[in-house]
Amino acid sequence: MSTKITDTSPSTLELAKLLGISGVEYQHVCQSLERVPNYAELSIFSAMFSEHCSYKSSKKFFKRFPTTGKRVLQGPGENAGILDIGLGWAVAFKMESHNHPSFIEPYQGAATGMGGILRDVFTMGARPIASMNALCFGTLDFERTSSIVKGVVKGIGDYGNCVGVPNIAGQTLFHSCYNRNPLVNAFTLGVVRSNEIYRGTAQGIGNAVVYLGAKTGRDGVHGATMASKEFSSEKELERPTVQVGDPFTEKLLLEATLEAMQKGLIVGIQDMGAAGLTSSSFEMAYRAKSGLEIDLDKIPTREPEMAAFELLLSESQERMLLVTQPEKVEALKGVFEKWDLHAEEIGKVVSGNRVKMLKGSQVVVDLPVELVTEPLMAERPSSPPVDLKQRWFLDRNRMLVAPLNAKFQSLMEELNFGNPEPLITQYDSMVGNRTVGGAQDDAGVIRVRDMGQDEVRLALKTDCNPRVSWLWPREGGRRAVAECAINLALKGAEPIGITDCLNFGSPENPEVMWQFSESIEGISESCEALKIPVISGNVSFYNDTDGKPIYPTPMIGMVGIIDDKLPLPKSNFYSTQLDLALIGPAEGGLGGSLMASSWFKRECGQPEETDLALLERMMKFLQRLRKKRISYGAHDISDGGLICSLLEMVFQSPHDCTGVELLVPSGVDLDRFLFGETIPRIVLAFDSVERGDIENLASQAGVAFTQLGQTNDSSQLVIRQGGAQILVSKIPDLKASWNQRWNKFFK
Amino acid sequence: MKAGVITFPGSNCDDDVVDSLKRIGGFEVEKLWHKDTPNLDSFSLIVLPGGFSYGDYLRCGAMAARSPIMEKVIDFAHRGGFVLGICNGFQILCESGLLPGALVRNLNLNFICKDILVSVNDSDSPWTKMIEPHSHLRLPIAHGEGRYIIDEPGYEELVNNGQILFTYSENPNGSTHDIAGICNKTKNVFGLMPHPERATDLRSQDGMKIWNSLKSYLGCPS
Repeated sequence: MSTKITDTSPSTLELAKLLGISGVEYQHVCQSLERVPNYAELSIFSAMFSEHCSYKSSKKFFKRFPTTGKRVLQGPGENAGILDIGLGWAVAFKMESHNHPSFIEPYQGAATGMGGILRDVFTMGARPIASMNALCFGTLDFERTSSIVKGVVKGIGDYGNCVGVPNIAGQTLFHSCYNRNPLVNAFTLGVVRSNEIYRGTAQGIGNAVVYLGAKTGRDGVHGATMASKEFSSEKELERPTVQVGDPFTEKLLLEATLEAMQKGLIVGIQDMGAAGLTSSSFEMAYRAKSGLEIDLDKIPTREPEMAAFELLLSESQERMLLVTQPEKVEALKGVFEKWDLHAEEIGKVVSGNRVKMLKGSQVVVDLPVELVTEPLMAERPSSPPVDLKQRWFLDRNRMLVAPLNAKFQSLMEELNFGNPEPLITQYDSMVGNRTVGGAQDDAGVIRVRDMGQDEVRLALKTDCNPRVSWLWPREGGRRAVAECAINLALKGAEPIGITDCLNFGSPENPEVMWQFSESIEGISESCEALKIPVISGNVSFYNDTDGKPIYPTPMIGMVGIIDDKLPLPKSNFYSTQLDLALIGPAEGGLGGSLMASSWFKRECGQPEETDLALLERMMKFLQRLRKKRISYGAHDISDGGLICSLLEMVFQSPHDCTGVELLVPSGVDLDRFLFGETIPRIVLAFDSVERGDIENLASQAGVAFTQLGQTNDSSQLVIRQGGAQILVSKIPDLKASWNQRWNKFFK
Repeated sequence: MKAGVITFPGSNCDDDVVDSLKRIGGFEVEKLWHKDTPNLDSFSLIVLPGGFSYGDYLRCGAMAARSPIMEKVIDFAHRGGFVLGICNGFQILCESGLLPGALVRNLNLNFICKDILVSVNDSDSPWTKMIEPHSHLRLPIAHGEGRYIIDEPGYEELVNNGQILFTYSENPNGSTHDIAGICNKTKNVFGLMPHPERATDLRSQDGMKIWNSLKSYLGCPS
């Protein structure tokens, strides 16, 4: 870029295009302004019109989501959504992606992702009390995968551990479609009194605008624009646009902000996230229908002689913008000084609808708020893939003729079948003294101990199945919600809301737009059936490398409430003398299963549709089991089918000698019984004396109950069909390789 | 009985300790601020909680050990007051000279969070008097720099004075001689890497044994 361009230089169409603004958008701006924007203003449009900030390709689809419900105190559109949990308390939560930065610089990319989502939650007035991470990595044939896994995990751990928010659950999966575009989706939940919720609004003419936190540097300038571009191999060198996180400052910001809120010193507040001061100032003005005047010379800077456009676009971390009454500014500064933080008054709220910014007594920005915050929506063509039928072909004969042992071995060697312990032990999962269960479990469970005498327990879960989403996006969306719901139900929780993080390829690709709209349809179908509102979310497009989109990955984060004081159900084989049953259909679909991918070395087959009515009945069944105080161990059947589910339950057994004898019911298709992945199916383990009661409850609820066999102390997995042993395997060997599988990333 | 819990910038288990002490009962709990220099005479116990004081950007605990309040704590300890340092609090105690040795990065260079077993070496201390000698406690650890190191003469001294209260049953971090927690010669200052405040009512209750020992020693109502 020519050095002659200054903040107030008039822009040109060429310059606009260089900054990612289309000809139509530029024309729209010029017409509305009745002049050409200057360079500083153009930078604002560049950031705010980017896909990342504007949601211009995705916004219209969100109308499909159910977003209302009796618990919803804040739906989508704020920094985080909020749900009432009773007794005068509420939870704020959201999930966000930090995919592109995590590929460029895994450690800082993941760390700053954590920082951003934590700020989104505490700016609502909520104290963050739990996090989850959904991570999708490439496979081992890509040379950088190990270093990406290592960096991302360390980045998440170092940031969250330092701030002191426990990481209690999540999901980690591997597929070559993520080789050059890993996904890092971070979820955070906070607690807030339901009458002390803060929002990102610049209300009150004459109120002061205050800048808080770390100084502004040149890092991340044009970061939002970067997140809206595809990666090509040369772009891997874009390192300077990634920001550096400082979790210690974040912790101070968190405490100082909550203290200032408690003292009534804040009117509105927003994180300076993507597009920094630009998005926070314009969005706060927009929500309040007010104008702002900001003196850019008052912004604390880390480097000398920063231009207005740099101050406006910097994505330096751990900064907030807030609005307060003029008479409270001194007290506010006092709170921040106590925490060794610096607050600076940089402007005021004015009437009208314009944001004006001054630098060196010169007006460098003077724009109507709506022109910036209501960008032109993009009309993207959408069409299903032409080869959908081929994708849905599964060569059943080739599977049938193969010996069971070969298929079993192939599954046991799958990278995705691994113990997550090497990752999750690097996260503090217990800080806060609220973690009841989690990390290795079906869902994380925390107690909200912030409500005085009363305590409420919440269960949290993230889920997505990209294999299924690629084959059939609608079912992928449906299933992500259904999987979360069944996992929460297994912990005795009733789902109350979801957040989503929709990771897709380029919206300029019609197939990607089709995947996107179909996924939203699927998510909505499940949410409607289960009466779960969507309360916040995030879209990450342009997850492509060299023109090839990632598999559609609509990651769901779900929160459920446990409304009793009963002990949590187990999810393992807690004894060597348990009866086993399969709840739900005896067979599952092989289309999109891990087994099919493992056997055919590609995703294939049409996934079977999730039976949402059955899911509801199964959730009721689990509730009744619990109300009757029948103790059991239960685990859902997903990746790898029944066989992997059983093995995970054995591996988590407290007894090393635990073995399983599995009886194949007569008349079932063996592959579909063992490896099928239709949702919902669960494995239930219980004392034989409970069997009659459980069978009765299952029949009352209208869910199938199939006897599966027993646990024993043989430390062997034995599968019997019609009296004959058809498979015998040593559990300690299987467990050792499962334990080892993900260790290799951390060597 | 009054217990004071200090908040340093970056402490993140201060609130957990307060919560646990309330659950345990018998203590009136007051939070203390690192910049203050209060008179500690009325306190029976001062707790330095876990966390990342000053972000661990210098050596862990090095900055916090030089906080204004630490002069008061050191004085309090020298006069026989009970001081407990958990995790980052243990690091601060070592940095402030109240306990010997130092804590450095875990041998595997990673942060480690999990439940581990510690063996109780010595029951002859206010912190362990209610615990069967050589029994095991299940306690959580969560640290990146918990490898305790001390030279051989220093170690001999710890052994001879019965200062090693807890050792790891399976050493998670490479600590010298599996050391998990030590006290000073007069046994009124105790530092440990595991978190007893996280093991009072969730998952494990073994942390209670430490609190109950101290309460019994102090004659605290239960």
